[in-house]
Formats: sequence, C-alpha cells, structure tokens
Amino acid sequence: MELLVSLGIGLMTAVGVYLMLRRRTFPVVLGLAMLSYAVNTFIFASGRLISGAPPVLMKDVTTYTDPLPQALVLTAIVISFGMTAVVVLLSLGAFLSAETDAIDIEKPDAREGAAAADRAG
Amino acid sequence: MSLALIAALPFLGALLPGVMIRAGRNACATVTGSVTALALLGILLHAPAVMRGEVVTARFEWIPALGLNATFMLDGLGLLFSLLILGIGLLIITYARFYLAKSDPMGQFYTYLLLFQGAMVGIVLSDNVLLLLIFWELTSLSSFLLIGYWRHLPEGRQGARMALAVTGMGGLAMIGGMLILGNIAGSYDLSVILTQGDAIRADPLYLPALILILLGAFTKSAQFPFHFWLPHAMAAPTPVSAYLHSATMVKAGLFLMARLWPVLSGTDAWFWLVGGAGLITMVLGAVIALFKDDLKALLAFSTVSHLGLITMLLGLGTEFGAVAAVFHIINHATFKAALFMTAGIVDHEAHTRDIRRLGGLRALMPVTFVIAAIGSLSMAGIPAFNGFLSKEMMLEAAWDTGTGFAVLATLGALFSVGYSLRYLVHTFLGPVRDDYPHTPHDPGPGLWLPPAFLAVLVVVIGLVPQAAVGGFVKVVAGAVTLGEPTVYLKLWHGLVPALYMSIAAVVGGAILLALHGGLSRAWDAAPRPEAKAIFDALVDACARAARGLSDGLHDGAVSRYLAIMTAAVLAYGFWAWSGGEHTPGLRIATPLSPVPVIFAALLAVASLALVALHRRRFVALVVISIVGLVVSMAFVHFSAPDLALTQLTVEVVTIILLLLALNYLPKATPVETTAARRLLDGAIALGAGIGVAALTWAFLSRDRALPAISDYHLANSYEGGGGNNVVNVILVDFRGFDTMGEIIVLGIAALVIFALVDGLLRGPASRWLANRVPDMPQAGDRHPLMMVVATRIALPIALAVAVFIFLRGHNEPGGGFIAGLVAAIALLMQYMASGFAWSESRQHFDYHGVIALGVAIAVLTGVASLLLGWNFLTSTNEYVTVWPLSKVHLASAIAFDLGVFLTVVGSVMLALASLSRIGRRAGEGVNLTPMDIDPEAPGRAGKEPH
Repeated sequence: MELLVSLGIGLMTAVGVYLMLRRRTFPVVLGLAMLSYAVNTFIFASGRLISGAPPVLMKDVTTYTDPLPQALVLTAIVISFGMTAVVVLLSLGAFLSAETDAIDIEKPDAREGAAAADRAG
Repeated sequence: MSLALIAALPFLGALLPGVMIRAGRNACATVTGSVTALALLGILLHAPAVMRGEVVTARFEWIPALGLNATFMLDGLGLLFSLLILGIGLLIITYARFYLAKSDPMGQFYTYLLLFQGAMVGIVLSDNVLLLLIFWELTSLSSFLLIGYWRHLPEGRQGARMALAVTGMGGLAMIGGMLILGNIAGSYDLSVILTQGDAIRADPLYLPALILILLGAFTKSAQFPFHFWLPHAMAAPTPVSAYLHSATMVKAGLFLMARLWPVLSGTDAWFWLVGGAGLITMVLGAVIALFKDDLKALLAFSTVSHLGLITMLLGLGTEFGAVAAVFHIINHATFKAALFMTAGIVDHEAHTRDIRRLGGLRALMPVTFVIAAIGSLSMAGIPAFNGFLSKEMMLEAAWDTGTGFAVLATLGALFSVGYSLRYLVHTFLGPVRDDYPHTPHDPGPGLWLPPAFLAVLVVVIGLVPQAAVGGFVKVVAGAVTLGEPTVYLKLWHGLVPALYMSIAAVVGGAILLALHGGLSRAWDAAPRPEAKAIFDALVDACARAARGLSDGLHDGAVSRYLAIMTAAVLAYGFWAWSGGEHTPGLRIATPLSPVPVIFAALLAVASLALVALHRRRFVALVVISIVGLVVSMAFVHFSAPDLALTQLTVEVVTIILLLLALNYLPKATPVETTAARRLLDGAIALGAGIGVAALTWAFLSRDRALPAISDYHLANSYEGGGGNNVVNVILVDFRGFDTMGEIIVLGIAALVIFALVDGLLRGPASRWLANRVPDMPQAGDRHPLMMVVATRIALPIALAVAVFIFLRGHNEPGGGFIAGLVAAIALLMQYMASGFAWSESRQHFDYHGVIALGVAIAVLTGVASLLLGWNFLTSTNEYVTVWPLSKVHLASAIAFDLGVFLTVVGSVMLALASLSRIGRRAGEGVNLTPMDIDPEAPGRAGKEPH
C-alpha cells in the first residue's frame, strides 16, 4: 500500500510540474492545484498510513492514527484554496489587461522596460 | 546621563524638526539645537571623570549569542570626538538657520542633520565593533541624504551617489576586517580587542584585517586613492560641508585609525600603508587645492590634504606622532569649520564662490575678513594661531622619520601656505571691484557668530596652548596610545629643524602665490586624470555588467525560470542523495486491498488524461476534479475523516471558482512548444515525480527517527481541550495560534482578490469587458427552473448541515473550516442558480465585515483568556443542554471555531462576489424576477437590457 501511495504522489507531482511548465496561465494554475494535492498528501503521509484507526477518541479503541499531520494538512487544504483563488484571479486580471494569457513576456518588452527604467533613473 | 541615552538623543530628536517646522523656522532650529545641546550637556557631565582618566561605560546585552551587545564607552578619544561632533554641530545648527533660503525645506534638513549626528556620536561612543559598524553605515546613509539635500541640483545628486558608493564600499570592506579582528581577539568588544594587540599583530590574518579596515577608514577619510569623492560632495549646502568635512564624517576614518592604533600600529605594513597614503594625500591634496578657483573646492582639497597629514602622523606609529595627530584634529576642526562658514558667508552675500570674481571684500565685509584671516593664517601655519603648533609638531615628527618624509612634508606644508594665503589674499585683499554678482556686506550675527566663536578658539589655543588644551590632549593621546604620553605644547621650540622647514614652507608658499597666475595656466594645460570620469566609467561598466547578467537571467520567460528552478532542485536533491549511504527501509508495509487499487488506477487514468487533455480547458477541469475526489477518498481510507470532508468541500468551491474564471478566459490552450521542448519538460516533470515518489517511499518504509509529539495530543485532547476529535482540538486549541495565523492569511487572500478586481474594473480592462462578446454559445435559459427550485429547497437544509457540522466538530469529524465551506457552498448554489444580482440583493451583510468579524472573534477569544490570567488562547469546557438540542459539550474554543467559520465563509464568498463583479461588467444583466422565463414570449429569455 505504501508503494501505491508513493507512486500516486509521484504521479501527481509529475503531472503538476509538467502543467506548471506550460506557456499559458490556465494550465499553470491547474498544475499548481495538482502540486497542492501532491504536497498535501505527502505531508499527510508523513504520519504514516493506517486504516481503521480514528483520530477521534472513542471507547474500546486503543490504536489511533497520528492526528497532527491531519490538522496541519486541513489548514493547508484551505490555504491552497486561497492560493488557487488568488492565482486564478491574477491570471484573469493579466488576461483582461494584456489580452493574452501567455506567461512569458516577449523579450523586446523586457528590453523596453529596462530602457524606460533607465530614462526614469 | 547614560551614554546609551546620549547616543539615542539625536535619533529621537530627529523626529522633532519635521513637526516643529510648522511652528516656524526659529522654533524648528531652537528645538534641534536643544536636542544637540542636551546631548552635549550629557557628555560634559561625564567630562570630569574622563579627564581623571576613568572610562565611563554603559552596557546592554542585545544579541549575546552573536557577541552583539549594545555597549558604550567614553574615554579621552571618545570625549574629544563627541565634543567636536556635538559642539560644532550646535554651531552649524545656528548657522544653518540663517543660511538656508526660505524655499529650502528646513525641517528635512535638521532631521537629516540629527540622524547624521546620532550616527557619528554612536561611532565614537560604541564599545562593540558590530555596533560601531552599524553606526558607521548609518553615517554613510545619512550623509547621502545631507549631500544630496538640494536634490534639484544634478551635482548634488551625483556627489551624494559618489560619496555613498565610495564610503559604502569601504564600509563593506571594513565589516570583513572587523569580523576578522573580533575573531582573533575572541570578542567584539573594543575594550577586549584593545588589550589583544600582540596577539592580533602576530596573527596570520593581521594583514588582511588591516587592509580591509584601512579600506573603510581611507574611503571615509578621503585618503588617496579614494580622495576624489570629497570635492564632489561639496555640492551640498555649506553648513553640511562645514559639518561633514571639518569635524565629523571625514574624521570618522581618523577616529577609527586612532581607536585601533594600539592593536594595529607598530608594524611595517601599518607604517607604509597608513604613513605612505597619508603623505601622498597630504601633498597631492595641497597641490590640487592651490589651483582650485571655487572657494569650497579649495577648502575641500585642503581638507583632503590635512586629513592626509593626520593620517600620516598616525601612520608613524610613534607616541609623539599620536600626540601631534590628536592636537591637529582639534586645530583642524576649529579653523576648517570656521573657514567653511566664511566661504558660505561669501557665497551667501556675493552670490558667487569663484575666487576669480572676488577680491577686495576686506572693506565690504570686515567681520568676515577677520574671521577668514584668523582661519586661513592658522591653516597656513603662521605663529600665534593653533595651526602653527601642530604643523611644527608634524614637521618635527617627519624630520625624525627620515629625509624623504621631511622633504615631502615640507613640500606639503609649502603648498598649504600657498592655498591658504590665496584664500585670504585673492578673496579679501586687493581693490574693491564693481562687478560682484551681488554687492556683499557683512551678514547678521546669526551667520558670523558661530565661526567667530571658533576663531576665538583658534587664537586662544594658538597663544596659550598648554593652558588651553594641554591636559585635554594628554588624556586623548593617552586613550589612543593606551599609555601616559608626555605632552607639552608651546609656541617656541627653539632653533630646531622644524622651524627652518616651517620658514621654508612659508617663504615658498608666498612665492607660489606670487607666481600663481602663470602656474595656474600651466596646471590647466597639463594633462591629468579626471577622477570623476574614471569613477563614472567604472560605475557605468558595473551597471552594464549587472544589467547584462540580470537581463540574461531574467528575460521575462517565467516557464524558463520554473524549468531551471525545478531542474536545479532535482539536481541538488540527486547530488545529496547520491552522496549518502542508502539502506532499504525495514518497516512492514500494509497489505494491498482491492478498493484502493481501483482508486489508484482511477487516479492514474485521470492524471494522464489531464496531461493529454489539458488544452481543452473545460474537460481538464472535469478531469482534475476526479483527482481531487480520489485524494479525498484516500483520506477516507487512511482514517482522516476531517480531511476527506475538507478536501471534498474545497474541491467543490475551487472547481466553481475556476469555472467562473474560465468563462472570461480563452477556452483552449494553443500548441506553442516544439515536441523536443515538451519532451524536455516531460523529462523534468518525470524526474520531479520520481524524486517525490522515492522520497515518500523512503519515509513510508521506515519508522520515525524521533518519537512524535502526537501522543501528547491524544492523551490531553479530552482532559485539556475538552474534545474527542483530536484533529479539531489541535486546530482550535493546541495549535490555535497557527490556525489564527492561517485564517488571517485566508482573509488577506480574499481581500487581495477584491483589490485585484477593483483595480481591474477601474483600468482599461473594464472597457474591454463592457464591449466583450461571449465567445461561447449562451444557454437560452440563464436560470433553469429546476435548479432554482432545488437550490432554494436545499438552502436551509445545507445551512442546517453546516450548523450541525460546526457544533459536532469538537467531538466528531467536522468543525469551523468544514462548516464554513459547507455554508459557503449553500450560498454559492444560490449565486449559480438564481444569478449574482438576485442573490446579492437578498443578503444584507458585507463579506469584508464577515471576514473582519471572524478574525476579531478568534483574536478576542485569545485575549479573553489573557484577561483571565491564562496564556493566549487557553480554553475551558463545560457540558450544557440547550433546548431543543441534545446535551452539547461546549468548550470555549468553540468561540474560536466560530471565528474560523466566519472567516472561511467571508473569504470564499468575497472571492466569488469579486468574480461576479467582473461578470456584471461584462454585461450580465440583473434578473428582476427569480426565474427569468417569460411564458408570454417563449424563446426570448436571453440577455436583458440593462
């Protein structure tokens, strides 16, 4: 089972990185979401995998799972949502302002920006 | 008054001028002066003890682990410099009040001046070299502000930049030197370092430390070859020049050399580096000064020359040299500050500082003339003025050192006489002219009293040196040499070699002045390197190189940075892994069961499908939500019900958000990369995946190296936290502080989204949106009847579920986070089904307020426990029965959880409401009726006019 989880996390990471390396904002946002899944699962797995051992105190139960990574990941999931929301709104804003959703700035623009900065200085 | 307070006074006082300027320029200057006077008083109160040979100290442990303590000490040397800094500072503040024009922002000037003063006082009072370095850098920064005070002048800005670059670089080098020194001595406290002289001089790192420290001192004190910045700093207002370049900034380097004299001097390296640089600077500065026509430039180069003189005296490494150096520091400060102020008066009254346009001012400005005469004769080294005495001592010291030194020192003195006399003769003597830019006359006492005071000191010290400052020089020189130097200052030394050298210098100087016209033409015709051009070329080359490097690395291609970063992390990880030993993990794996395998297969298919289909964005969204679902199933399987619930609800919210955003984004991703590039990206991604999988496998196949702290949480959850759901208790109790930070971050994220959209709707994107034509076929029925009815029935149920999940959270899976998400989904459904406008007009609270309320409740819960005398966020619990509910176990942490709940609801809703604003700008009309199907006109239920 451990091997399966490891492979799953690896697969999600690989897909996340691949999408992150695309040239448009939307696949990058999806890639970041995939990476969030992978990282959250990774942190969760650091508590080791155990089935049928609740993190809730109950009568007649002696084996409990590790609750600490769960608490950490719970907030991480919510924060990932916040991050995804900000990033997607950023990319939407960039698209509406620049009328393209390419993430790479064309080189001439960069040079022009530097030249403008020089003139200002 | 504590030394720390004295050092802090100018910094605290720097807050005042900006406020007081509103009460007028006099009030501003008076307050500034009072601050300095108070600090001066503090120093003077310590003076008797220092004169008795005691060392006054004040000590605070600041960062003891780094050896960084706020320790201050006041010995003879510190006393001399703090008197110069504060005393002359007081005169400069008075002078500046009358010097600055009405249009100059005086509050700013005094603020900068006090900042600078504080930094200087800090340097001379520091007993810790790290603290000293901080103040040292502060002088560079504050002098930058002062030199560039007239920011409308390009020379002012350039001069300030040059001064900052040169002294800043020197300071950087000095940090290295000081750290080496502290390492050798085993302490960063000066009082300890000063006792380690022999060990430091014998250390192999002595020479590097010496060179680095001297770089700092030489750049600050404008020693050759770093002398060039000082004349360019003359673009500053004259009070600044008088302050920085007579008594303070440039003397900081001298102070440092004097301070470290006991540990660094006495070696050949010290002698040749310090003595040599001082000698060259002295002669070179004097020669250039002779040919400067600008009064301030002349004084600037004369300052360079005199700093060289003092440096040379320190470089000799003899006790007599140290005494002479100390004495000349006093003398130079008095006559040079007075001279700068007279130059300022001339500039102020005649509207020019060009010697060629001046002359004959004696009759027009008699008071100024007398002061300038005393100052320049002292600078020339004429008997009866204090400059003569220390110059004689300098010549004597040079004579004792060797013939070469004696000849060059005499030459320096000769040129010194030349330019000093030129300052006096060509400006004040001769016939009165009729072509001054402005007819000059003596200024009011506000401008001439400060230099006059100094001129009196010049004469008094010159006539009765031993009575005036003999004891003081002895104490100061004793602090430099850590000994008991013999000091006897007198006017007449007898017919010693120094006297003949002095006579030769005066006669030669007078001849130089007589020949000045011809010499000046020859000088102007001779080729010589222009320091500013070289410096500018150097800086330009550096800037070009830096830009080339940053342009090369930072070309705007984000995908490239990401690829490089990922590849670098991969390579680094691989390098670290391949360098260690590897043994297989021994932890027994849990057996496979069929259901997880099915879900894993689903995950694999969905992930690969996502890669294959990512260009079709809607499809990609559907596929990625499958991945999210599998992840939440994994949480279910591995005993994490809270996580599964959270993942599921977050998944819903995220997908809705992405769907709404996608509405305004292109619906497909074009193919832009070559197959080879995609292959490379794929290889990087595969590497990352393999790395993470291997890492996960590595720790899953082993047990923990250290015992986890989770057992504590399990054991104390019920007793201490009053809850059975350990995950929730950790969130709201054990690690409540973390959670508080997290909800604040979430709230900030929502506000960022709001601000982003707000900015967007004010910009050009707004027009674009208003004219946007939908790029996809629109549904004929915007608000389907079925959905509207279903969501309205579901709303109370969903909200009840949220309340239920919230209340049970402390004991069973649930809690504020999940309840908040469920409530948000309940509201979202209304938005989706009935339209933004319709829903918004029916809810009456502001989401900003909800977020604020949530955070406030969470914080107040913590504060309440503080008020009860417990630690922040301590909770208590009780069983209560609220009719009609069953018995509820209420912990005070539930209030905290309520804060979490509200923040989550507010943040999610604010993000979506922001998106809805974009939608409305893009022309989505307001539906006035709940369902916009008009039975009268079938098929016309499209967009309504708005």
